[in-house]
Amino acid sequence: MNEQFEPKIVAFVCTYCTYAGADLAGTSRLKYPPNVRIVRLPCTGRISPMFILKALQKGADGVLVSGCHPGDCHFTSGNFHARRRWTVFRALLNFTGIPLDRIRFSWISAAEGVKFAELISSLTDDIRKLGPFEQYKAMIHETETPVSL
Amino acid sequence: MAKIGVFICHCGENIAARIDCARLLSAMDDHPGVSVSLDYKYFCSDPGQENVKKAIRENNLTGIVVAACSPRMHEATFRKACAEAGLNPYLCEIANIREQCSWVHSDREKATEKAIDITRSLIEKVKRNNELQPIEVPVTRKALVIGGGIAGIQAALDIANAGQEVVLVEREPSLGGHMAQLSETFPTLDCSQCIMTPRMVEAAQHPKIELLTYSEIEQVDGFIGNFTVKIRKKARYVDMKTCTGCGDCIQKCPQKKISDEFDCNLGKRPAIYTPFAQAVPNIPVIDKENCTYFKNGKCRVCAKACPIDCINFEMQDEFVDIEVGAIVVATGFQIQNTAMYGEYGYGKYPDVITGLQFERLASASGPTAGKIMRPSDGKEPETVVFIQCAGSRDPSKGVKYCSKICCMYTSKHAMLYAHKVHGGKAHVFYMDIRAAGKGYDEFTRRAIEEDEASYLRGRVSKVWQENGKLMVRGVDTLLGKPVEIAADMVVLATAITPQPDAKEFAKVIGIGCDEYGFYNEAHLKLRPVETATAGIYLAGACQSPKDIPDSVAQASACASKVIGLFSRDRLEREPVIAMNNEATCSGCWGCFVACPYGAIEKKDILNRSGELIKRVAFVNPGLCQGCGTCVTFCRSNSIDLAGFTEKQIFAEVMGL
Repeated sequence: MNEQFEPKIVAFVCTYCTYAGADLAGTSRLKYPPNVRIVRLPCTGRISPMFILKALQKGADGVLVSGCHPGDCHFTSGNFHARRRWTVFRALLNFTGIPLDRIRFSWISAAEGVKFAELISSLTDDIRKLGPFEQYKAMIHETETPVSL
Repeated sequence: MAKIGVFICHCGENIAARIDCARLLSAMDDHPGVSVSLDYKYFCSDPGQENVKKAIRENNLTGIVVAACSPRMHEATFRKACAEAGLNPYLCEIANIREQCSWVHSDREKATEKAIDITRSLIEKVKRNNELQPIEVPVTRKALVIGGGIAGIQAALDIANAGQEVVLVEREPSLGGHMAQLSETFPTLDCSQCIMTPRMVEAAQHPKIELLTYSEIEQVDGFIGNFTVKIRKKARYVDMKTCTGCGDCIQKCPQKKISDEFDCNLGKRPAIYTPFAQAVPNIPVIDKENCTYFKNGKCRVCAKACPIDCINFEMQDEFVDIEVGAIVVATGFQIQNTAMYGEYGYGKYPDVITGLQFERLASASGPTAGKIMRPSDGKEPETVVFIQCAGSRDPSKGVKYCSKICCMYTSKHAMLYAHKVHGGKAHVFYMDIRAAGKGYDEFTRRAIEEDEASYLRGRVSKVWQENGKLMVRGVDTLLGKPVEIAADMVVLATAITPQPDAKEFAKVIGIGCDEYGFYNEAHLKLRPVETATAGIYLAGACQSPKDIPDSVAQASACASKVIGLFSRDRLEREPVIAMNNEATCSGCWGCFVACPYGAIEKKDILNRSGELIKRVAFVNPGLCQGCGTCVTFCRSNSIDLAGFTEKQIFAEVMGL
């Protein structure tokens, strides 16, 4: 049997809740798959949809966006802006044909180390089932290949 | 050309056991832009940091990445090392290969690959880091305390006693707040006036406290250390400088039948009045709405009665601007919420009163001089029913939360009633007795055991009048039986809610509040007296229902925060803030809407002859907290966040 496909997942997280939650998973010595790469930002409000596209372009098979629970944002409302932006952005993704199940949005607090580990495990499993994300690369390839007239 | 140093920490075995540090080191060696890479057992130790500093100096590094534990652990340590070696501390990034790599993965091969990815992406980020300088803001050493109840007075006194200037603003004509209205206080039954009035006098006479009563906050601008506050001093129509408080005007005023708010409408007052005899300042105000002269243009009896001519009907509201460095909000609460339970007959039957009205009846300075009398006929009530939770803990009709003080003050009322009316019978309907606090449970037990209040666990469904009695129908859930009591007086423990204008006021001062209007603290447990707006603090019941000891403790905590802030001339803040490129800004104000701190200001760009070319966004560095929400909103890519710029993040993602 072929070697199991190992997806690459990029996580954009806020430093106050989810990054701290991921640290807690570490200090609690929980185990989760090593497929995730975390990018730390001050707040989910800082996360631009372009970051997500950039990660997919670079070859990520899945993307996670995670921040503080609604009402708990260190910056009072950044996560609400992120949520609203995500609602709009997912419609656009859907329109462009990028499968929405490649991108996950979640709330993880600084106290939820267990939830972080569980989320990464389930997300990795789900993305693994979806297989490598070739579609985006193909799209990029098409636009970059000169069209012969 | 970037010259990056990479420092790989083994953290004893914590990292080295799961990550092949030698492989990580060689992978980094080959990465473009890396001039030096080292590994060491503990980089956070003294010799470890010396190694880092030495490498920075010897190689003239332009940035470093420390692959070690979480930045939440040692970022500050390594930034300090950078600064000591002459490198800007913000040219340092931490690759978290312990908490988020070695500790959570058991496959050495894959963990090492992940560590390489993490470190590489941060090298790409640090190459694009800019030198940043901490932001310094001056501090105006003067505090504003809003609200002259017990919380505001305590905060003002504590700050003033530490030698700092305070402006204490109260919107009523006198200091005192709700505490001045109380009869005796639980759990010691000491007289409220006796402990409150000396504090009021002390605050008014303190050389460091400027007292502005009958004044309201109109506008708050600025940021921590540098607030500008506009205050409206409402016209009293009495000259505060010359008035001696003799009271002749009050005696002579022909209007004597105005409902007295301080006595919760149980007493009467004239149109020129002080709220209560011990008022501070003891200077009357004219109630413009009820004054005969203001209504008909004739009267002026008070002006004739005044021996020193200090009544001035022409007086206007005055506006003053003050500069302060910190603001303590102690605006209090309201408790006369009688509309939540219409079936208890408040307003319909005069002998159904609120807890606060009972306080006034029981108070020696109240309308009955401390005698418990029925408002309807002045008779002594033989049976009194107290109904707790008349609105609290009731999501369907009232408020969801517990008002916290009602269990205690109802016990106190039952006791005071037993002490004043011998042979009187008190019945208390309750849901639970919540008496957590020093001496509190003992106090409620005393009401039940010594003063023989009958406590009935259950709710009241209806109160109606029959043969001159108030019939109270409820249930005793412990007996499982309905009960009906014929009472002479019914006292409702109404819910505590925020001041009616609390939500609007939150907008004026720029702090957050919950669905009811209670002000939000920065963190319920760890930052309970700070708000999310730096430099604004909360004391007392404006944050949540509180008793006197809690309010005083919170006020003193506020004072210590303010004194701490004032211990420095200048404030230093992390320079992670947004910056706007005025050349490309189109003035769409997406950022203005997004900013939770109101840090975006509108700035006019003028040409040489002073004509407006365009209006752009300007980020106030004192207000910006660095969340970056505006950056994502910006349509023209003009705003960027120092320390987390678009360039840096894209490079970090591309490095993965």
